[in-house]
Amino acid sequence: MQRLIKNGEIIDETWHLLDKDATLDGLSNSDDLIVPLGLWLEHAHALKARDGGLGVWLDSDEQVEAIAEDLQYFQVVALNFPVFSDGRSYSNARLLRDRYQYPGEVRAIGDVLRDQLFFMRRCGFDAFALRADRNPEEALESFNDFSNTYQSATDQPLPLFRRRA
Amino acid sequence: MYIYDEYDQQLVEDRVKQFRGQTQRYLAGELSENEFLPLRLQNGLYVQRYAPMLRVAIPYGHISAKQMRKLAFIARQYDKGYAHFSTRQNVQFNWPALEDVPDILAHLAEVQMHAIQTSGNCIRNTTTDQFAGVAADELVDPRPWCEIIRQWSTFHPEFAFLPRKFKIAVNGAEHDRAAIGVHDIGLNVIKNEAGDIGFRVLVGGGLGRTPIVGSQICDFLPWQHLLTYLDAILRVYNRYGRRDNKYKARIKILVKALTPAVFAEKVNAEWAHTKDNETTLTEQEVQRVAKHFTAPDYQQFSGDDADYLAKRDSEKGFNNWAMRNLQAHKVPGYAAVTLSLKPTAVAPGDATDKQMEAAADLAERYSFAELRVTHQQNLVLADVRQSDLYALWQECKEMGFATPNVGLLTDIICCPGGDFCALANAKSIPIAEAIQRTFDDLDYLHDIGDLDLNISGCMNACGHHHVGHIGVLGVDKKGQEFYQVSLGGNSGRDASIGQILGPSFAADEMPKVVSKVIDVYVENRTPEELFLDTFQRIGMAPFKERVYAAAN
Repeated sequence: MQRLIKNGEIIDETWHLLDKDATLDGLSNSDDLIVPLGLWLEHAHALKARDGGLGVWLDSDEQVEAIAEDLQYFQVVALNFPVFSDGRSYSNARLLRDRYQYPGEVRAIGDVLRDQLFFMRRCGFDAFALRADRNPEEALESFNDFSNTYQSATDQPLPLFRRRA
Repeated sequence: MYIYDEYDQQLVEDRVKQFRGQTQRYLAGELSENEFLPLRLQNGLYVQRYAPMLRVAIPYGHISAKQMRKLAFIARQYDKGYAHFSTRQNVQFNWPALEDVPDILAHLAEVQMHAIQTSGNCIRNTTTDQFAGVAADELVDPRPWCEIIRQWSTFHPEFAFLPRKFKIAVNGAEHDRAAIGVHDIGLNVIKNEAGDIGFRVLVGGGLGRTPIVGSQICDFLPWQHLLTYLDAILRVYNRYGRRDNKYKARIKILVKALTPAVFAEKVNAEWAHTKDNETTLTEQEVQRVAKHFTAPDYQQFSGDDADYLAKRDSEKGFNNWAMRNLQAHKVPGYAAVTLSLKPTAVAPGDATDKQMEAAADLAERYSFAELRVTHQQNLVLADVRQSDLYALWQECKEMGFATPNVGLLTDIICCPGGDFCALANAKSIPIAEAIQRTFDDLDYLHDIGDLDLNISGCMNACGHHHVGHIGVLGVDKKGQEFYQVSLGGNSGRDASIGQILGPSFAADEMPKVVSKVIDVYVENRTPEELFLDTFQRIGMAPFKERVYAAAN
């Protein structure tokens, strides 16, 4: 079973992440599902009528503006990193939190590696589906990479210059 | 200069610890080559043709004597006894061992230095005028703003994986010595009619494969909003910049595709949400940073030093040096002195450990223990008493710093080229040397006057060939090294991109080609014209005709 780093702890994953080309055919009514943006945009009505939990995932070339009006329906918004060097999902995460005040889980999926976790958390991610071949226990150390930060971000709206003693 | 407090110091120490761990994981096989790549790049570590290359940041070109001594120590201990000062005011070591890099970074942290974000697709070292704070033509000191940008950009969590590298330059003087027109963002610090400080903002300039001068997207940005506005530009770029082709990933391609007007609208729309948020700068913070850049303890002089002027009259060698290597200072009785790193037959910008120690020593004795690195790859002592200049000149001669060619044809900007760099199509250093050897008559060089000759070994343009009055680009022609020449580029206030002269030349033809170009200028110039003026008046045709005329 895939494990997830959430709020600094390692937990078992209970949500199902659907592929980008998933359809409504044969979807379980009661499972917790994270659906691709395309499926949501096409079948929002049917997805809302299910009993199971609902999340949506955006690829790095999709914009959070597309779901800005729908956030109340999602317990999870997952943002994909097709490769760790594609930084677009950092901006999507900040917009979700800072602009649209999304209170649910913001999960990093895809090529998620420990050396990016510190930055991801700063941008508002609170759950991390570390790449399956990596050890999440070791990765936890990376949240302590830096003892302070210069600029404002989702985790600390005050830049250092407003906090300097 | 800026002195770290405990926060700044802790952050660079945290970085050393982090990179030590990453290097250990890489050496243990836990991190793949590809995964380690952006981590090492964001610490300035390249894998070059023969060995790794470590690029160390010299923020906006300011370095203390103590820091310079540390660079000399690293060159001696971990390299082959020399270092290379780059066109972006940084310093590069060409031969460190990969496993030593964490230790080198720890040594640097001891003197408040680092290699953070000197490479990789992130916000790089901010550059500025090497005469910031002392130039007679300065309107606003750009350095506090550079430091404020440095802190904002360091480990910015949203912009660590941009589509491509991102360079910001700041200029606060009448002359633009920071080449802000050819940076991703160029900031011109200005005062409006009410005397308030703000920024004229250019975006989308750059060299490389698609050379282009930046477009102005804001004519006066009040200083309080500097960082929120930069955040807005970077966010638009991070989200919409191309990532499918690394040659089309710089912000200039996005600005061009959208048009500058539409790009500006997108920035303003983003900024409307974040303007006035907590990142808005405070008077207190600007004061805190600016107090590190106050004037040193200058002596009072009523004007020029009489002995110094007399020595210039009586000694031609000293006068030649003074004409080229001194810059007017805003304080009477002082001068800014350029230590040339461009003697013939030495790779432009290279300095030995002994020279670095000597430069540190000169700084301590003559210039308040500080130095600057210039984007022309020289060093500067910014605050020298005129009465000390003669003694300083004699010491410079001993150490090889006194080549009186600053701003002249032989003060060549040159990338490391095919001798070191894995990207290069052609060698650049031997071309520089051949040209320097051809123009060995100092009187003639002075007569030719101000001339920027820039050489890049490939189209990545690290030698800034597009903005050389004469630009030379190494190209690969069926496996042979050839050189394309351009004329009329300019990195100053009215920045322009050079035009290509015509078909490229073999290496051994290059000195003759440059000689012919110079001949055309000398024959056509009016008494007050510099090379660039003559070129702009008479155009390309006469140069082309001469250079490509059939030999007879």
